[in-house]
Amino acid sequence: MHPVRRRRLVLVLFVLVVSSAGVGLAVYALRQNLNLFYTPSQVVRGEAPADTRIRVGGMVVRGSLERAADSLAVRFRLTDGDQELWVRHEGMLPDLFAEGEAAVAAGRLRAGPLLEADQVLAKHDENYTPPEVAEAMQAGHEARAAREAGEAGTP
Amino acid sequence: MIPEYGHFALILAGCLSLVLGVVPLLGATFNRPLWMAAARPLALGHLVLVAVSFACLAAAFAGDDFSVAYVAANSNRLLPWYYKLSAVWGAHEGSLLLWVLVLSGWTAAVAVAGRKLPVQLIARVVAVMGLIALGFHLFLLLTSNPFARLLPIPPADGADLNPLLQDFGLIVHPPLLYMGYVGLSVPFAFAIAVLLAGRMDAAWARWMRPWTNVAWAFLTLGIALGSWWAYYELGWGGWWFWDPVENASFLPWLLGTALVHSLAVTEKRGLLRGWTLLLAIFAFSLSLLGTFLVRSGVLTSVHAFATDPTRGVFVLGFLGVVVGGSLLLYALRAPTLPATAGFGWRSREAWLLANNALLVVITCVILLGTLYPLLADVLAWGKISVGPPYFNSFFVPLTLALAALLGVGALLQWKDTAPRRLRGPLVLGLAVALASGGLLPLLWGEWHWGAALALAGASWIGALTLVDLWRKSTAGGRPWRGVRLLRAGYWGMVAAHLGVALAIAGAGVTETYSVERDLRMTPGESQALGGFEFHFAGVDELSGPNYRSHRGEIQVTREGRAVVTLAPERRRYLGGQAMTEAGIDAGLTRDLYVVLGESLGAGAWAVRLHVKPGVRWIWLGGVLIALGGVVAICDRRYRVRIRTQAQVAPSAAVAEA
Repeated sequence: MHPVRRRRLVLVLFVLVVSSAGVGLAVYALRQNLNLFYTPSQVVRGEAPADTRIRVGGMVVRGSLERAADSLAVRFRLTDGDQELWVRHEGMLPDLFAEGEAAVAAGRLRAGPLLEADQVLAKHDENYTPPEVAEAMQAGHEARAAREAGEAGTP
Repeated sequence: MIPEYGHFALILAGCLSLVLGVVPLLGATFNRPLWMAAARPLALGHLVLVAVSFACLAAAFAGDDFSVAYVAANSNRLLPWYYKLSAVWGAHEGSLLLWVLVLSGWTAAVAVAGRKLPVQLIARVVAVMGLIALGFHLFLLLTSNPFARLLPIPPADGADLNPLLQDFGLIVHPPLLYMGYVGLSVPFAFAIAVLLAGRMDAAWARWMRPWTNVAWAFLTLGIALGSWWAYYELGWGGWWFWDPVENASFLPWLLGTALVHSLAVTEKRGLLRGWTLLLAIFAFSLSLLGTFLVRSGVLTSVHAFATDPTRGVFVLGFLGVVVGGSLLLYALRAPTLPATAGFGWRSREAWLLANNALLVVITCVILLGTLYPLLADVLAWGKISVGPPYFNSFFVPLTLALAALLGVGALLQWKDTAPRRLRGPLVLGLAVALASGGLLPLLWGEWHWGAALALAGASWIGALTLVDLWRKSTAGGRPWRGVRLLRAGYWGMVAAHLGVALAIAGAGVTETYSVERDLRMTPGESQALGGFEFHFAGVDELSGPNYRSHRGEIQVTREGRAVVTLAPERRRYLGGQAMTEAGIDAGLTRDLYVVLGESLGAGAWAVRLHVKPGVRWIWLGGVLIALGGVVAICDRRYRVRIRTQAQVAPSAAVAEA
């Protein structure tokens, strides 16, 4: 092989090996840090993993917010219109957090099931609902409608 | 009628941008001087029309014309006048109009300042920018008309501007950021023009540099300001969240930084020409990608407005045309660029190339993390978000590597550097870095390796930069003799590199030594944190122009001496939206940052206290970096052409007389 070509081949191979190693490393790191989104129904059905950080989104159930008397610990339920999930959090809630509004909680699942949230996000604008939550609500309402229709159909 | 005038001016501007994009380009291809000469008046006319359109929208805001849908959605009679003005770019349609205004301004500036450059080149550059403007005009007119009316019955009052955006930061942040984003279209247009012309020499690099520097400096300021705004406005006390929209502005900045450096190599040594052109293309493409991410509503973020799929499809199509077209052109023309000469590993160009490679790797990693959730969504892998740990685990070590390279690269000379010139400074730099990494963290209490690495990296850059400055200053034998000989370009580099050092030090210190606590506090209660004593005095009520507010009073003392009284607020705007205004005591060494949360009943309030050492250094560093970019373009060598021409002109006049 011509020496110039050989040098180019070596260079190309080197770039290929280094960049694929880099991409592999990046994808691995990515996989370690993914936070998957689940709906309360999915969690209740046991589809969410218990050993990793997940995000759960839905509407905060009206009247479900409970505060501790001596700390900032709170409990509330999230719903997608079908199932409900308890969320526990210690810390300040975001400005736009309110009952009957959309929220996303991130944390780990505990027995119950209950989500031990290290972060609670609310929407940031009066007219804006996070797309994940909007979709989850849609799916939840549809599932409930289907179930009720099914129950009505079976005597 | 004013909105109709604005709309009409916008349509005219769109038509003019088509002419601007076609005529000078054809003129350059078929060598028609008159067609090429049309570039300048067309660019100026385009600027005037867009400015008229923008002024009409501003007038609609100032005059509370709620029959205009955009005004009704983003303004309110009670809004103070300065927020009415900034509300013009507070949402989708208006910010696109601002984008086009900025683009037409850059185009006109290039057309006017480019009189000294070859007429063919400048005709092509201006035409390419005209074509970009055409794309955005179509976007505005077809999918996001800011002048659409709410007729026949306009609302009596507007819905109000999002309270998050009612703030000084928002008045300045988008225009600055857009100056940078859109400014990157200038090197892009230069790159396309160079590829179209197939120019062999590297003179274009010298013409491209000042424009790139200015755009990049604006982008730097815009990002720093955005970070500062998020810090004091969102009430979380963080200064960078790896939010997709932050990344969208950071990605073009990273490639812009690479471009600024590779342009130096191309200008000085004529090397890396193809690489430089490619960087120019990709930097602007990432600007467009950022626009797509922010404007299409595919992201969940503070910046994402209402979702409208047609907009997303349009921007994506435009992005495809721009990136695809320019890469095709590059593939066709780049092989005609002359082959590069070699250089040794002790040369400045080798280290600049390494710096470029690192910056590109950082860009790719952040791009992957930003786009992965979108990809997963499209491919139905589930709803995913990528957490900050991913970004940090790559960005932090790569930045430290960059800092290590930066320190050495700035010491080196072009082509090759004698080893004996390097040994002294490197040993000194290493000693300073080790000492400051080992000792400086103790200033904040416990030694921590994170802060130690950051401080070592920062002082490595600082020491090597200053050693080089000292050596060049004393080059004439007597101290300070050489100072007068140093060029603006060199001073710009020194300022920017010291800015990087300051920002790295600030990021390391604030991430390591910040303390925060969420508390339930009743009036009269006190809490110690980070060596300070926070005393919660109570909460009173007050009302602002378009909001009512609870204002807390927190007295901060240190060892019994009063430091400051902070007044964090919790506001409820007329639109019903609640928002916190953090109480901040800014200081060069530390910030005290207090947020008032909701009322917990029985007189108790949720309160968050932060002590954040070194956080200001990050933004000061950003300002220094931007300053460096601006200082560098004052260099004599960018004016040489102008001066030689000015000298020629009078003598020619004399000869004619």
